Amino acid sequence: MSIRTITFDAIVVGGGGAGMRASLQMAQSGFKTALISKVFPTRSHTVSAQGGITCAIASADPNDDWRWHMYDTVKGSDYIGDQDAIEYMCQVGPEAVFELDHMGLPFSRTEEGRIYQRPFGGQSKNFGEGGQAARTCAAADRTGHALLHTLYQQNLKNGTQFYNEWYAAELVKDANENVCGVIAISIETGETVFFKAKATVFATGGSGRIYSSTTNALINTGDGVGMALRAGVPVQDIEMWQFHPTGIAGAGVLVTEGCRGEGGYLINKDGERFMERYAPNAKDLASRDVVARSMMMEILDGRGDGPDGNYVYLKLDHLGEEVLHSRLPGICELAITFAGTDPVKEPIPVVPTCHYMMGGIPTNVHGQALKMSGGHEGEDQIVNGLFAVGEVACVSVHGANRLGGNSLLDLVVFGRAAGLYIEDALRQGMTQYEPSNDDIEAALTRVNRWNDSKGGESVHSLRKELQTTMQNHFGVFRKGDLMEEGVQKLADLRGRIAKAHLDDKSSAFNMARVEALELDNLLEVAEATAIAAYNRTESRGAHSRYDYPDRDDENWLCHSIYDPRTKQLGKREVNFKPKTVETFQPKVRTY
Amino acid sequence: MKVSIYRYNPDTDREPTMKEYEVDTQGKDLMVLDILALVKEQDESLSYRRSCREGVCGSDGMNINGKNGLACITPLSEVAPGVKEGKKPLVLRPLPGLPVIRDLVVDMGVFYEQYEKVQPYLQNQSPAPAIERLQSPEERAKLDGLYECILCACCSTSCPSFWWNPEKFLGPAALLQSYRFLADSRDDATEERLSRLDDPFSLFRCRGIMNCVSVCPKGLNPTRAIGHIRSMLLERGV
Amino acid sequence: MVTSVTSLGRNGLYDWLIQRVSAVVMGVYVIGLLGYLLAHPDLDYGTWAAFMGSLPMQIANTLLLFSVAAHTWVGLWTVTTDYLTRLALGGAATGVRLVAQALIGLLLLVYILWGLLMIWGGA
Repeated sequence: MSIRTITFDAIVVGGGGAGMRASLQMAQSGFKTALISKVFPTRSHTVSAQGGITCAIASADPNDDWRWHMYDTVKGSDYIGDQDAIEYMCQVGPEAVFELDHMGLPFSRTEEGRIYQRPFGGQSKNFGEGGQAARTCAAADRTGHALLHTLYQQNLKNGTQFYNEWYAAELVKDANENVCGVIAISIETGETVFFKAKATVFATGGSGRIYSSTTNALINTGDGVGMALRAGVPVQDIEMWQFHPTGIAGAGVLVTEGCRGEGGYLINKDGERFMERYAPNAKDLASRDVVARSMMMEILDGRGDGPDGNYVYLKLDHLGEEVLHSRLPGICELAITFAGTDPVKEPIPVVPTCHYMMGGIPTNVHGQALKMSGGHEGEDQIVNGLFAVGEVACVSVHGANRLGGNSLLDLVVFGRAAGLYIEDALRQGMTQYEPSNDDIEAALTRVNRWNDSKGGESVHSLRKELQTTMQNHFGVFRKGDLMEEGVQKLADLRGRIAKAHLDDKSSAFNMARVEALELDNLLEVAEATAIAAYNRTESRGAHSRYDYPDRDDENWLCHSIYDPRTKQLGKREVNFKPKTVETFQPKVRTY
Repeated sequence: MKVSIYRYNPDTDREPTMKEYEVDTQGKDLMVLDILALVKEQDESLSYRRSCREGVCGSDGMNINGKNGLACITPLSEVAPGVKEGKKPLVLRPLPGLPVIRDLVVDMGVFYEQYEKVQPYLQNQSPAPAIERLQSPEERAKLDGLYECILCACCSTSCPSFWWNPEKFLGPAALLQSYRFLADSRDDATEERLSRLDDPFSLFRCRGIMNCVSVCPKGLNPTRAIGHIRSMLLERGV
Repeated sequence: MVTSVTSLGRNGLYDWLIQRVSAVVMGVYVIGLLGYLLAHPDLDYGTWAAFMGSLPMQIANTLLLFSVAAHTWVGLWTVTTDYLTRLALGGAATGVRLVAQALIGLLLLVYILWGLLMIWGGA
């Protein structure tokens, strides 16, 4: 089978914040750039980000310093965030945020006319010594929406070529494992095309849909991670999944940490503000892993409310109607729609909910994807032609736990950085690797497998089983034997998914085909998560084990690297060498 | 309960049909999107758009028992009396006035083209400062009720003027965005923007029917924005 | 943004203004006339003819005539461009619309000339 080839200088897969920031950078410099997105770009999950973008722009506090932000981020990461990358992000951040304002992002404002900043969890002044900081730049509680629309608008202005509702199915590599582009399917017509480019940028976002309860959009199926793993590219720290403290109980819909930043707090069924016990200083604004664990402990100790005693409450009514309607209007809407409670009058039932994938494709600060010389260990090697930015990437600035408001910053800073790097590389003449027909054929295997399937289990039942397995075996608290069982269940699922059936083979807007292809990716992410979580024998950041309750700096002050070919977990050094500041040495992490 | 869904697959169907499904909600007040997921478990060939499932991405705009809305934030109890109880069927059709690609999926091309025509991006000729462009809270407040648009097309596809002239009348969604930039103190292309709007179609086809206001899932008011633009044009023209 | 138009003002704002100004003229005229009729319950032809033949009324009638014509033209032009379109009628739409608009235009022109004759012809 020969398919159509479309050639670009660079292609970006994914139309969220990171992808559109990268494509904008390249389109501005006049390179032929395509953005392939399985949904119209403003439907990407960035749109759901609420609270804001954390950055030391010195509006709320004129003395604010990006180094303080860096300190918080390193500490938040439980010391496995790469300090050179965190340094870059925090230092370049203000420039990237001001650019967003110049592009038209409608930030909320202070009386001085500057960007409004609110307090978020894990933020401090003066390296943890100066009390709570307010560093998260906000557009009410719709910052992600405002950001995503602004970036789409700028891409329109600068002539990015959009392939909307095209589904990227597989990486295409040459015989030497260099990346040449992707196979993508037009969802509208069913046509399968090879997009050839010198640079392929993955900005496919997260994979929260591996869990049955998640704040993530239905489209967050880990397509980038799946494609990378099938192509033999490793993933890093993939066991690190953030559970956001405040997902609406039952619905899983996110309630921003900004609620607590504005003065809201959590209470158990007795009305007690329990975070005072777990984090006496930061209380409800401790970092997310700490708050989520504390909530789960309350629930497990029988102080949760509801028929099954499985949620606690976020109390906001004391803030008053005016503050809630001006600062948190979206939350008020969501709470009424999905919890049936008006936060002006009653607290919102909340429960820790899968929210963010700290791990992903390992990259350097330019977004270049990395692999290890020995598969799961050895020296870093660049995967030629492949870049990753945003949630799918693991630079790593979030380490074992991401701070609220740092994901939007990650998107724009590293989307921009990758764009700048590729721009420069293209100017100097980047190699276009040429795949053979066999290479293209190999990349089509999976699509053909589904198209030729003739009976077997249905996609939705397998997906449900996978999500339940992840939810039950790899949740907030983890345990060796339970995880071992989970790993086995996933191995069994792998066999069954390989034989699953796609009944609808029609070409026009075949949603079932997309969901089938997504299922393969969910499985890849789930299995990598499971094996990495089982093998990291310590508790750090979001990875919390009953059988290894303590942080083990002697053995695990490092990244984990999962090699999909051998399914082995190796270690990779964390960077402790920032360029302009002293190293932040690991300390006991309290809030 | 009974669900009646507009089905059309260009590969196999000569014309669209309404197909009936039986769904067990266990008496719960589910969202319409949840119902679609249940139907899809029975019949995987049903196609529709969805993403965030919380009313902020704008994917799942559709016509629900005669009224446009987002499936993910429309509970059965709000569709029509009797639907949740199963006394009346839930009737789902694609957004009206746009070509159907398949089932509940419409071709939104012309809707997006109209959006692009209003130059939906900030324009400012003066060099950018080293920090943000300052804007007072009062100036910023003018953008409230405008920037929140999610481009779901519920408004434009419920507007008769847009049905009649989808290529010439910009429609409520695009006009709301047009005003979002006219109202932004950081934008200095007011004259250029206004001069592009003063033909008899682009803006003046708004007849004040206000269907847009009644269906907007975000509670926005495009008719008011259009009124503001008309006032600006009037001030400029006389 | 839409350039090929045959409206009266050839501009949305002016069409819109014409529509409103002419409506005001017609409204004022109707109210004035009603007032006159109420004030003259025993109106006979002679009084009526003299009233209509007076210069102020000749001017008012002329204004009314042009207002009605302009209002009708803008209104019906809009109706034809709403309903007589390619979307509704297919390829023949432009032809049909032009014929309809020409007929409306012609009729209005006849009305104006006829009206002017009536108003000023007797003087």
